[in-house]
Amino acid sequence: MKETLLLTKNMRDNPEDSHLIDSYEKNNGYSTAKKTILESSPEKILEEIKASNIRGRGGAGFPTGVKWGFLAEDEDRYLVINADESEPGTFKDRILLERDPHQLIEGIIITCFSANIKEAFIYIRGEYAKPARRVQQAVEQAYQKGYLGKNIFGSDVNLDIVVHLGAGAYICGEETALLNSLEGRRGEPRLKPPYFPAVKGLYMKPTLVNNVETISSVPWIIENGGKEYNKLGVEGSTGTRIFSLSGHVNNPGNYEIEMGSSFGEFVETLGGGIKNNKKVKAYIPGGASAPWFRGDQLDIKMTIDDVANNNSMLGSGAVVMMDEDTNLVSAAKSIVSFFAHESCGQCTPCREGTTWLEMILDRIASGRGRTSDMNLLLDVCDNISPGLSWPPKMTTICPLGPSAVSPITSLMNDFRDEVESLIPTKVLL
Amino acid sequence: MSWDDKLLKQAKKIIKLYPQKRSALGPLLHLAQSKDGYISDDSISVISDLVGITEVQVKSVSTFYSMYKQEPTGKYLLSVCKSISCEINNSSEVINKVQEFTGLNNNETDEDELFTFEAVECIGACGGAPAVQVNYETVEGVTPENAINMCKWLKETKPDVVVADEMQENFGGVKSFDWAIQDNSGSTSTAPGFQTLNTTKVKK
Repeated sequence: MKETLLLTKNMRDNPEDSHLIDSYEKNNGYSTAKKTILESSPEKILEEIKASNIRGRGGAGFPTGVKWGFLAEDEDRYLVINADESEPGTFKDRILLERDPHQLIEGIIITCFSANIKEAFIYIRGEYAKPARRVQQAVEQAYQKGYLGKNIFGSDVNLDIVVHLGAGAYICGEETALLNSLEGRRGEPRLKPPYFPAVKGLYMKPTLVNNVETISSVPWIIENGGKEYNKLGVEGSTGTRIFSLSGHVNNPGNYEIEMGSSFGEFVETLGGGIKNNKKVKAYIPGGASAPWFRGDQLDIKMTIDDVANNNSMLGSGAVVMMDEDTNLVSAAKSIVSFFAHESCGQCTPCREGTTWLEMILDRIASGRGRTSDMNLLLDVCDNISPGLSWPPKMTTICPLGPSAVSPITSLMNDFRDEVESLIPTKVLL
Repeated sequence: MSWDDKLLKQAKKIIKLYPQKRSALGPLLHLAQSKDGYISDDSISVISDLVGITEVQVKSVSTFYSMYKQEPTGKYLLSVCKSISCEINNSSEVINKVQEFTGLNNNETDEDELFTFEAVECIGACGGAPAVQVNYETVEGVTPENAINMCKWLKETKPDVVVADEMQENFGGVKSFDWAIQDNSGSTSTAPGFQTLNTTKVKK
């Protein structure tokens, strides 16, 4: 199994200075944006994006071309790049920001040209200080060259980019929470409807919110054509995708591959296998929000649809391997604690439910569990996400609450014995 | 108003970046954090005047986000990740060792105001687990022993600027990816080492 390098090619070819504009331009960087602005039309660009069949890389996997098509008409429209990468297990946007920020800026230029947008924001999570410095430096270089600002590339097109730093809130990765945060408010998700960003987004104006990896793919798609991109990968999961591999593997890291091979093959070849030749007990296929797969399910294909058909999600492309010695109750507790900490507090089922789940799991993990805790866990989960089905039903404004349910249902469906073994049998409550 | 002219000038420049003043609230709170090591009542008052919202509105935003500290922090904010990839790669031992060395519980600052300790949620360094941040400069693949060595180094040398690359070289291990060329800029406070001030915006 080999990588297919589109987005990570520049950084592999020029490891020393791929983040600087001279190096980027030496390798034809910004030529696609220039050609686009001087010779193409917004409609043509949108057609290419639609033809590529690229789906959003933030987690939801919504077709990008369709999203762009929804953008309502208005004099003021905005593009917001979601670089609030915070899903546990995910570090793929970090490499794109840190090692190839000009590719993102070129993608932004083309996107804004296509959508007739004059102002873009890059919302970077606060903990990514170094990536933010790199992006800011790149933005300044692009301004100096006349690729941003007034009359870019000598055309009548204007575009400003502002780099905005978040301040430590996972929920701001949810697009409407991100917009509230960017407006200087608490990062609480908005109700959809009526606040669909494409209609009522930033400052209640039509706004495109796209992930870093999605927009970083735009220059390649426009340079080579949507049809070429569509040939990569498999139907429904076209193109390449950067997977962040972590956990008990020999070679953790970011790998850009065409979607379609199995998780097992991926881990054995690029991942170098599991540490100390251990077996996989369970793994997370798409970030902490995704239900787990068992170690005997490594033949599932890494596509959006295959993973969905097996009742989980490819999400942000974060694969976390847990070996046979992993304490899965502690692992689940870690994930549930994450969601309890990150709940914004607007919706009662999430705010109270995630905290309850954390307390019950803590009780079980520390050997103070009760037999009734098994049903209590499921009951609390059912109040957050009725029926415990996949995709989850919701009692909340956003999917954060139901995400905390994922590791619990995984434990209960596939590893119930392990949980029960931690509960002292003498306690009959 | 007790922000000096230089800081006020920076603040006004930040405000100009946005179509609406209130959008600058987040960056201004980072500025306040870098000035005092926490969001002081005084800064809240200054910011409320600058942005044109009430002090309560500023406070309600500042308490929502975990990077705006409501109490004074030490010179170094030690943030050890405890999320899933770090958790299954022994981050609890790193947390224990750092707590032992500093004598601090979660979210506590020592008497000398040198260290503030916190166990934090995912910092996006999962391939380099377990990961630690010092004033938001990331160090990856930190063993419990090296976590102690790093704390000792901070205590003995008290650098005014902490730089991710330097700490990674001395105390880090496995990384999420190749960091490439050495980067010498870092952080000088318990706010992230980042500012937008050189942005040359032309619109409006």
